[in-house]
Amino acid sequence: MTGTFLGMPAFPQAAERAVRDGQLRANLRHATHTIRDKRARAVAELPDWAELRAAGKAIKDHTLRHLDRYLVQLEESVTAAGGTVHWAADAEEANRIVADLVHATAETEVVKVKSMATQEIGLNEALAAEGITAYETDLAELIVQLGDDRPSHILVPAIHRNRAEIREIFAERMADWGRPAPEGLTDSPAELAEAARLHLREKFLRAQVAVSGANFMVAETGTLVVVESEGNGRMCLTLPRTLISVVGIEKVVPTWRDLEVFLQLLPRSSTAERMNPYTSLWTGTTAGDGPSEFHLVLLDNGRTAVLADQVGRQALRCIRCSACLNVCPVYERAGGHAYGSVYPGPIGAILTPQLRGTTSPVDASLPYASSLCGACYDVCPVAIDIPEVLVHLRERVTEQGGHPMERAAIAAAGYVLDHPALLTAAERLAGRTRALHPRRLPGPGRAWTDTRDLPEVPAEPFRDWWRKNRP
Amino acid sequence: MRVALFATCVNDALFPATAVATVRLLERLGVDVDFPPEQSCCGQPQYNTGYRRACEPLVRRTARAFAGYDHVVTPSGSCVAMVRDNYPRIGAKAATEGRGTGLADAALGLAPRVYELTEFLTDVLGVEDVGAYFPHTVTYHPSCHGLRVLGLGDRPLRLLRAVKGLELRELPGADECCGFGGTFAVKNAAVSAAMAEDKLANALGTGAQVLCGADNSCLMHLGGTLRRRGEALRPLHLAEILASTEDDPWRAA
Repeated sequence: MTGTFLGMPAFPQAAERAVRDGQLRANLRHATHTIRDKRARAVAELPDWAELRAAGKAIKDHTLRHLDRYLVQLEESVTAAGGTVHWAADAEEANRIVADLVHATAETEVVKVKSMATQEIGLNEALAAEGITAYETDLAELIVQLGDDRPSHILVPAIHRNRAEIREIFAERMADWGRPAPEGLTDSPAELAEAARLHLREKFLRAQVAVSGANFMVAETGTLVVVESEGNGRMCLTLPRTLISVVGIEKVVPTWRDLEVFLQLLPRSSTAERMNPYTSLWTGTTAGDGPSEFHLVLLDNGRTAVLADQVGRQALRCIRCSACLNVCPVYERAGGHAYGSVYPGPIGAILTPQLRGTTSPVDASLPYASSLCGACYDVCPVAIDIPEVLVHLRERVTEQGGHPMERAAIAAAGYVLDHPALLTAAERLAGRTRALHPRRLPGPGRAWTDTRDLPEVPAEPFRDWWRKNRP
Repeated sequence: MRVALFATCVNDALFPATAVATVRLLERLGVDVDFPPEQSCCGQPQYNTGYRRACEPLVRRTARAFAGYDHVVTPSGSCVAMVRDNYPRIGAKAATEGRGTGLADAALGLAPRVYELTEFLTDVLGVEDVGAYFPHTVTYHPSCHGLRVLGLGDRPLRLLRAVKGLELRELPGADECCGFGGTFAVKNAAVSAAMAEDKLANALGTGAQVLCGADNSCLMHLGGTLRRRGEALRPLHLAEILASTEDDPWRAA
């Protein structure tokens, strides 16, 4: 993934800083609870939500099992419709392909549709190194780009910013990227939106090349789909001469009939809308209508390895709706940056360590960034059992030799727990020495006692009560 | 009907009053309860921290300890969720790894016989009014594994509503996690503490005297925070409320 996140601290340290930031916590609490409640209402409207969810899961599982077949079918359909398909094994190859395609047009600017795949591969940075400027056109992505910031949410990447901060970013930074913000800009939402509109409009009208991702690709016709709310995507997908779409290989669905299921699941889970305002679909190129050149870059970047893991592969069902982020009590308090990846929240905690591995401190800490409360699994529209995958990945972390002290403690406790006589002796010893137990522990135990008292050890364990009272 | 109490390691070692209350409650309802002493920990802390192989001896031990009982009753939704949800998974993985089907057979043999206390009361015994008396205001926190893995629904509330003298106060944001999460509480102590803070703000806002739960591990985390802050709100396991009667009312230890 992108180098921007290299050298991130482990999740607990980053999260601790976020927890102490009162403004951030208030922003996140307000935003996540609002969308969480709206989603619950939007989902409750459909009597067949459970069936839709099961269908979404089944379609994704079927497609992933036969990915080889559907990807080849997709390539044939896209090619037949006038597009060109490129295969990229990793981020470097994908970035190289896109840069070369832009160079071939002799342009030095591209406009971008919001895309997780291009963030994952660090495309903007790679293009900048080649002398190509990529302009983000999604409002929240624009805020992040102008602020030299990092995204903190899949759907609303600037969720950590309030409108006063956004006003400041617009007023200070828009001029560096193009049309400056209007004089006397206030933080009223309408004024901020108008400033973004004016700033972006000149880019839409000038750009000759657009880069997008896609929410879905339909194998039977070679049709790509982008769903969005602002219309910036529609501008990018229709106005430029050349369109380059970078899409993860797991985004393919077999047929239009399958697409119908996801066009119901995604907006309700994501923005809590019955239908998103803009659904753009395109099939190759059409003379005199839209881009005359279309390139599809199919991105692997670790996905095939994820597919090989029988438990972990369910993460590839993800349709990037972000319902799991909005409902997660850990995300709500830690914020998105603590996850050290473009994929934050519960889905990030299972996707990032699978795509990047578990060797860096942040990646090894991500499977533990959850209380396993299960709220994410409940809301997931494709029924990804995130807690199951988290525990599965924790096993991977312990097996690579992490946490040697913990491993020793687990082994010792395991021995005592598997020998009831020893367990009883330990319980009695604790009971007899209870007057001596400290209120606060030194070393690693401080993590408990910094904010919590230890429970008082009883005079006798239940075992002894039973022996005496129910002989 | 042979019924065994699965006390759980946390209750055995730290909260024996809950296990005693469970015994008294079940006996009052005419159930003959046994406590097989070979029982220990279900292995959840090991499993959820990433030590699947280390918890396998405990899976075997638990299955062995409760062999032959028709019903195994546990005053902990989390431990039931471990047995019901994860034991079959652990068994299946061992089989996939070429280590035979012994563990899977043990897991599948035990899982359907294990009941969380409120499930046993409402579904097996078919009672809601257990004849309890508890003249205090109570708010109830449904722990995540009971709520989402077991789907306990309103069983605990139905039992509480039938308790004489008890005034139930609704807990806002009840379905949000309290922040315990096993080793999460120490591995991500700051987030865990922040979650407890918000949960307790909601609980204190109800003005209730007692914060009731059906999992003592969550109550240990919330109760430890309450004690550190010197709050009067008292954490108490549901079993102790249901065991309390007019003749033998609950008394603070």
